[in-house]
Amino acid sequence: MTTSVLDPTNEQTPEHRERAQRISSLQGATIGLLDISKPRGDVFLDTIQSLLEKKGATVLRYIKPTFTKPAPVDLRHEISTTCDAVIEALAD
Amino acid sequence: MGNSRPELADGFVVFVKRDCPTCELIVPVLEQLCELNILRTIFSQDDASFPKLPITSDDTSLEVSFSHRIETVPTLLKIQDGIEVDRTVGWSQEIWKAFLGIEDLGSENIRSYSPGCGSLSVDPDLQGMLQKKYGSGLVSREVTFASAEDEFEAMYDRGWSDGLPLIPPTIERVQAMLEGTSRKPDDIVALVPPNLVDLTVEKIAINAVMAGCKPEYLPVVITALETACSDEFNMHGLLATTMPVGPVFFVNGPIRKSINMNSGMNLLGQGNRANSTIGRAVQLTVRNVGGGRPGEVDRATHGSPAKYGLCFAEDEEGSPWQSYAQDQGFSLEQNTVTLFPGEGPRMIVDQLSRSPDELARSLAMGIIGNVHPKLVMGFDAILIIGPEHASRFAEAGWTKEQVNEEIINHSIRETDELICGANGISEGLPEVFAGSTLPKLRPDGGLIILYGGGAAGLFSATIGGWLSGDKGSSYQTREITL
Repeated sequence: MTTSVLDPTNEQTPEHRERAQRISSLQGATIGLLDISKPRGDVFLDTIQSLLEKKGATVLRYIKPTFTKPAPVDLRHEISTTCDAVIEALAD
Repeated sequence: MGNSRPELADGFVVFVKRDCPTCELIVPVLEQLCELNILRTIFSQDDASFPKLPITSDDTSLEVSFSHRIETVPTLLKIQDGIEVDRTVGWSQEIWKAFLGIEDLGSENIRSYSPGCGSLSVDPDLQGMLQKKYGSGLVSREVTFASAEDEFEAMYDRGWSDGLPLIPPTIERVQAMLEGTSRKPDDIVALVPPNLVDLTVEKIAINAVMAGCKPEYLPVVITALETACSDEFNMHGLLATTMPVGPVFFVNGPIRKSINMNSGMNLLGQGNRANSTIGRAVQLTVRNVGGGRPGEVDRATHGSPAKYGLCFAEDEEGSPWQSYAQDQGFSLEQNTVTLFPGEGPRMIVDQLSRSPDELARSLAMGIIGNVHPKLVMGFDAILIIGPEHASRFAEAGWTKEQVNEEIINHSIRETDELICGANGISEGLPEVFAGSTLPKLRPDGGLIILYGGGAAGLFSATIGGWLSGDKGSSYQTREITL
């Protein structure tokens, strides 16, 4: 017997996007460091910051209000328009 | 919904369109059949004057073609007592002769076979409009399983299941489910995480059918999803966390009785259809529409059986106190669903306490173990007080507020016991909290007290929460829209 059912999914297909261009050098680049508010994320990012600065990068620090929710739209916009690249400190 | 099918008169009817070369080819055949009075009607899909015959009927609206599921033109139908008893698709001189029961049809000038063209009523560009106008009103894609496919296995194969079998969401079942709500199928209820997709009543109904819900449960499921997807409840975070939590649902108001929910013996367990399927429908919707699957965005380290959908009702009739919904300002006549971000339930045994004060201390001690005994204030809790425990408080004249306050008071701990390193355990509060006291539960709403369970057993049950407040999830109560 043939059965027809209604699709329970969102019926969407994933959108394919190219990865952003990798930066070729850290010298003079602006790197954003995003702390997602997990414990000791700041300790990790402090170390990353000093390593990046030694290689000539300018570092800007950002923080998500809570790790349990996606980053606010405005924060994402600010990072994407200000930085050449971003490093996110996930998990604790 | 305009799903009543236009009736056809008994006899033979044919569907054609001018744009189809086969239909053009067989115009002389149609003329012959008209003259012999064998054809009752010719439904023309794209030109009401094609062919120019008295029996040609305008179906440029495609209502008749769509309603009778015409997929090809020409299609010839045989109607008896208003019901289609047979059809033939395309043009074949031999088949048409046999179908119509006549010896002589067509001529040597007409090719004896031509397969025909697609019916306009199955044009993909028109499907949305036709479904809305003449169909079930539903717009979800129809998935047809192959004849050799087992329908239950096919649903597993497509990744729609939480691991348990699903009811096939046929169009008839989904339509019946939608009778359970006054809301329209295309109403958008929420943006469902993690993919933040528009969630329609129709998609909820499909998942509710699969979960095993009855139509009368649907309003609870819809309101629960609306609440789950609010920023305050933060379904995204609950899904993505490594902690074993999910939305826990409890229902207040007359709907508990009308849909036969269990608030008594084994209320947190198996065996009641409404309790078992409402939460499951919510979880399936998040899985299938939102795209939230274990091992993908759902990062739970251990998870919990409660994540199949933990749903129950409060025993308002048996309670010595007013209902939880009344505490929140709702009336006894209003139906509400409350969503709490929680893990699985755990029992608290106390078979010896006889005074309300010692029982409050005892229950507080039971709750202190939630998440970790050294972690306080950040995690709320539900306490479902069983009838035998509740009677200890009621007989002593304690109000629910008093019970709540006393349990929180008895959960107050010396922070020296809780700080990092205390009792030889690193887990705990930062050093700065030393030399003070803190309650396990925040005093401004950290404990939800409910009444429920079987008559026998000096037990209560607690459900530990997830990170509470803006940083995590705030429990929410909403009135159920019927």
